[in-house]
Amino acid sequence: MKKINKLTKQDVEHVAKLARIKISETEKEIYSAQLSSILEYINKLNEVETDKISAATHMSGLKNVMRADKAAECNIQKDLIEAAPEYENNMIKVKAVLKGGKQ
Amino acid sequence: MNINELSIKLAYEKLRAGEISSYELTKSCLDRIENIDHKLNAFLAVFRDDALKQAKEIDEKISKNEDLNYLAGIPVAIKDVILMKGKKNTCGSKILENYVASYDATVIKKLKEAGAIIIGKTNCDEFAMGSSTENSAFGSVKNPYDLERVPGGSSGGSAAAVASDQCIYALGSDTGGSIRQPAAYCNIVGLKPTYGRVSRYGLSAMASSLDQIGPFTKTAEDAAWVFSVLAGTDENDSTCMTEAAPEFFNNIYPGVKGRKIGIIKQGFGEGINENVKKQILKEMEKFEKLGAKVSEVEIPHLEYSLPVYYIIMPSEVSSNLARFDGIRYGFSQVKHAPQDVKDLLDVYMKSRAKGMGDEVKRRIMIGTYALSSGYYDAYYKKAQKVRTIIINDFKKAFEKYDVLITPTAPDIAFKLGEKINDPLSMYLSDIMTVSANVAGLPAISIPSGFVNGMPIGMQIFGNYFDEKKLFETAISYELYNKWRDVKPKIN
Repeated sequence: MKKINKLTKQDVEHVAKLARIKISETEKEIYSAQLSSILEYINKLNEVETDKISAATHMSGLKNVMRADKAAECNIQKDLIEAAPEYENNMIKVKAVLKGGKQ
Repeated sequence: MNINELSIKLAYEKLRAGEISSYELTKSCLDRIENIDHKLNAFLAVFRDDALKQAKEIDEKISKNEDLNYLAGIPVAIKDVILMKGKKNTCGSKILENYVASYDATVIKKLKEAGAIIIGKTNCDEFAMGSSTENSAFGSVKNPYDLERVPGGSSGGSAAAVASDQCIYALGSDTGGSIRQPAAYCNIVGLKPTYGRVSRYGLSAMASSLDQIGPFTKTAEDAAWVFSVLAGTDENDSTCMTEAAPEFFNNIYPGVKGRKIGIIKQGFGEGINENVKKQILKEMEKFEKLGAKVSEVEIPHLEYSLPVYYIIMPSEVSSNLARFDGIRYGFSQVKHAPQDVKDLLDVYMKSRAKGMGDEVKRRIMIGTYALSSGYYDAYYKKAQKVRTIIINDFKKAFEKYDVLITPTAPDIAFKLGEKINDPLSMYLSDIMTVSANVAGLPAISIPSGFVNGMPIGMQIFGNYFDEKKLFETAISYELYNKWRDVKPKIN
């Protein structure tokens, strides 16, 4: 485990972009300090030897539950569409994904 | 005694004996909400008309001697992260302020089928992230035992509502202690069932390998009764167990004689209030008097549960909360300030920035970082390996012991504002509870005395799917203690 004790402002900026959250300059400072102190605490795990241990995938021996492959009524499409902030003609409206023309 | 102070069991008996009606019981809770909740802020929505109408219908059925579930006609409050069709589900967040659920969670479906009277939705930390309910976008909840202190979190609204008799019981969700810690701070019973016992369908997902729904009640026996209604398989939750749930209604009895109770040594170490330790250890004598064998047990890696939790939980959070992007539901900057948004990425970035609070952003960022390219092995995989070690520690202990005990929280409820600017110190208040989520074990918090005038809780861990022993132990203890009779004085 790499030991990283500090997240710089640039790191925070990068992570915020990956997380799709716009943050202000002041927030970058605050998060840099707060996230660093949390990471420092998390690094405590380095004290534990885990070379021969496998990663946990389940805890209590549960098995995956499968549904029968059977069509069923749902009929909440209208409710789901209308929950969207913007919709039109029974479709959710979004900003253009691909940009056309000159940038 | 006012009827809103009744336990489920007593309310059930009085309803069937015709001593009270569901209408009276429901109205007494609704009146209590009206009279005191402006001081506590436990409720985000109250369904007065619906509840009274349903109560009348149940009364009619009772008078006709219809075969009804024992929860029929009894008022319950629901944490606002559990979906109820046609009702707002805010998750304590601005981003879902006006979101109306389009279906019922499985637990809601079960409660409705049982004839439960759902009287309202309760306040909580935003997306169930917090230990104080101060992270709610709709104002913090106050502890009924001291209005200057937190009720715990994240299910603080449900805990405060039950503790102040605004309902007979409530549901919450527990990802790292969000039922047990507020139950301890508010002098009531809180249960986190075994992972996979109760369907999570319709629970707004926080961390899917840790989340469980459970009840807040006034007695351990009540918790067992509610558990029996909630538990069981569900084709809509692929992690739900397939076996039938045990039926504890009028079928769970005190029993600790000859049982082996382990006091977890690491649960009484540094960082735990000395008076809390002393009080819990003193209470162990009562188990001995009842014929249990009490001795110390080691969970050597217990202290690593919290750092494991603070990698796994935010990682799962960052993935689960990606759906809140201003497109499909909830707050959108496109609608709020269209001139500010130029492209799709802008919609995501600005809607999330405006709609989510600080703690939610922090956890999403930690999780995003832990899962980002180059760090996955160092953080997430490392945490899942240590998780295996913790699971093995517990499995080993349960080879020798029936139940294990720690204090539920390291200290009494803290003051409002005390930890809000220091996330790490807030996280440390979950240090006793997270291990049950990390290992997937059932655990219950029961009232166990007072320190400096504030209630504290004892946490009992059970083995996987062995909630029965958990309840039997809790009920035995409860028979000889009346801590819960010390009611809050709300003036």
